[in-house]
Amino acid sequence: MSETTEYAETAPPVKGDAAPAAPEGRAPSPTTSSWRSRLYRWDIKASPYVFVAPFFLFFGAFGLFPLLYTGWASLHRLELTNLDDRTWLGLENYTNLLGSDYFWNALGNTFTIGVISTVPQLAIALGIAHLLNYKLRGSTLWRVAMLAPYATSVASASLVFTLLFAWDGGMVNWLIGSVGLDPVNWRESSWGSQFAVSSIVIWRWTGYNALIYLAAMQAVPHDLYESAALDGASRWQQFRHVTIPMLRPTILFTVVVSTIGATQLFGEPLLFGGTAGSKGGADHQFQTLGLYLYDQGWINGHLGRASAVAWLMLLILLLIAAVNLLIARRLRKDR
Amino acid sequence: MHTSSGRSRRLVAYTAVTALAASLLAACSSDDEGSAGGDGKITLNVGTFGVLGLKQAGLYEEYEKAHPNIRIKENVIERNDAYYPKLLTQLQSGAGVNDVAAVEVSNITEVVQTQGAKFEDLGKAEGVQKSAYLDWKWKQATTEDGKTIGLGVDIGPTALCYRKDLFAKAGLPTDREELAKEWAGDWDKYVAMGEKYMEKAPKGTKFVDSASSVYNAVFAGATERYYDKDGEEIYEQSQGRKDAWDAAMKVARGDMSAKLKQFDPTWDQGFANGKFATVACPAWMAGYIQEKTGPGGKGKWDMAKAPTDGNWGGTFLGVPSAGKHKKEATELAVWLTRPEQLAKVFAKQASFPSTPAVYDKLKPSPATKAYFSDAPITRIYAGIAENTPSAVYGVKDAQIGQSITDIGVLQVEQQGKSPEEGWEAAQKEIKDVLGQ
Repeated sequence: MSETTEYAETAPPVKGDAAPAAPEGRAPSPTTSSWRSRLYRWDIKASPYVFVAPFFLFFGAFGLFPLLYTGWASLHRLELTNLDDRTWLGLENYTNLLGSDYFWNALGNTFTIGVISTVPQLAIALGIAHLLNYKLRGSTLWRVAMLAPYATSVASASLVFTLLFAWDGGMVNWLIGSVGLDPVNWRESSWGSQFAVSSIVIWRWTGYNALIYLAAMQAVPHDLYESAALDGASRWQQFRHVTIPMLRPTILFTVVVSTIGATQLFGEPLLFGGTAGSKGGADHQFQTLGLYLYDQGWINGHLGRASAVAWLMLLILLLIAAVNLLIARRLRKDR
Repeated sequence: MHTSSGRSRRLVAYTAVTALAASLLAACSSDDEGSAGGDGKITLNVGTFGVLGLKQAGLYEEYEKAHPNIRIKENVIERNDAYYPKLLTQLQSGAGVNDVAAVEVSNITEVVQTQGAKFEDLGKAEGVQKSAYLDWKWKQATTEDGKTIGLGVDIGPTALCYRKDLFAKAGLPTDREELAKEWAGDWDKYVAMGEKYMEKAPKGTKFVDSASSVYNAVFAGATERYYDKDGEEIYEQSQGRKDAWDAAMKVARGDMSAKLKQFDPTWDQGFANGKFATVACPAWMAGYIQEKTGPGGKGKWDMAKAPTDGNWGGTFLGVPSAGKHKKEATELAVWLTRPEQLAKVFAKQASFPSTPAVYDKLKPSPATKAYFSDAPITRIYAGIAENTPSAVYGVKDAQIGQSITDIGVLQVEQQGKSPEEGWEAAQKEIKDVLGQ
């Protein structure tokens, strides 16, 4: 089984051969001037870089520069009302944040909302992908339907969920009421609000992850299932002992992507909060780090402090990436 | 010719990449596009939030007809808490500014004190008559060195709108004069009326939409707000703040609020489904009530004077100096805020003009008049506007107000916390907001 997942380690293609149209066994004619052949060699060598250059150009302009500028801003007192006036603060913004209840609260919320949205989301996606992997009538239709929530905008999805979770007259409370339970104030209770926000995330991203899993499942060699079936494995056992191990790298990938998404969670809680949504509820009970950043920077106008939040978020992501790398290495060694 | 075709293919690819990059870069810098169209017309962008009513009253069309070379485009953002940060960003960067920009009264002091240099002086513009505007409105938009950066559009004299049909079902008086007399001068009497309402409240209804709206309505009449004359924060000891807080607490603790959050979709639904019997009713709210309650509410809503006279909300129009067509924009801003224009906005939207000269000529549209049970809308609002006490506005009024209503009041109203806990949370929030 190990050979099939070895692709990550396979050697890159032979150097200099990346350009698609190589001369096919045709010796250069002796009359060709040497500058032409040099130009040609240069062309082959340079073209891969030229092809990737646009990305790095744009990354430099819209990724790296803002990143560095934000880092520099985070060391100053910088107010939205006057960007020309900056006072050097050193690390004061950071120490203030680390001493602020609101920051730790936002970090905790980001973590809990991240867990209750990511774990069920990936589990459901795996199950759905498994079902879609069977021969189904109208499989394209099912797959497109799975992707539909991903294609809806955050704004419209959040608006619908806000109405579903409305305190008075919302459908969720109506359902709860029909089994005799008391209505829940979904927005202003702490677990209720986190659950509601997570449900928007789950609804939007489950189908997307399911399709990624499905693609990976279809790459699993069929004979593995056949031999498992011959050995008398049930469908559940096949799923458990063939599909999941074969999907491990894909699962790791989705976990990483979802974790990044969860750390940056912003639109859903903002819109779910409605008026003054950046506060994340009266007790900041669903204020994520992203909302806290926005609240500090654009509602309260403290751009320096908001920049510090952004950098702390980056550090947290780097930490997660490091942990992820360790796990991935451990997984590879185990095999 | 194999090689050369390969190369030319690559050449095509390079060209394509370059063209793509160029077009992307062009797209990034194209926010000035359309400011002067191909036909030589000038497009003026007007940045507003909510429903200002200028467009609804047909003023843009009228102006375009009189000035064939001008085209007007309104860029609306629904809520001011999203509009204002964007306005600041545009002013600070000087990019993408609207030619004419609206500013809400809760932000005007901050704009005057911190962005004054980034606006044109409309006080000196041709055709502006200072005497036409309410004195306090004029002063609010004037910097210390006498530069007027915004002309008043509307003000927010605050009455109380109530559902006559629900009042009748709860066995309360429905006559606007009688009600106004009953709660005159004291918000406690209004709260007491709420208690009486709740005793016999029609099923599924509450007395008010939210405790926050009561807070804002009471605060509208305050002489002392969050800052003193010298710009020092006094929100802790301010009498106006205390009175408003106490009234809001009585409402929040007394189970007479529908617990809705203003300007949320559920609040809109609350209007349509008749979930509450009263709502604080600044003039700009009258249009909102009609729109959200729908035709079914016609003749059910009525309007009475509130216990105290006050001002909640209102807007200014300014001309950012970074705009491309300052001259034309200034002319437009001046024209839009002329008394006769504002009277047209009132006739359409019931937003109340900041120019007292037209008060005795104001006529609400027959539809609005019928909607509010033929209440003397003009007389009520003009009376309130005349008696509104002058108050000191401060730099962070909007943010402090939001901390109190959306943190403090909401914690008590919806999370069952005690008023002391709510106030503590609000204070902590305010300190964070002010960066202390």
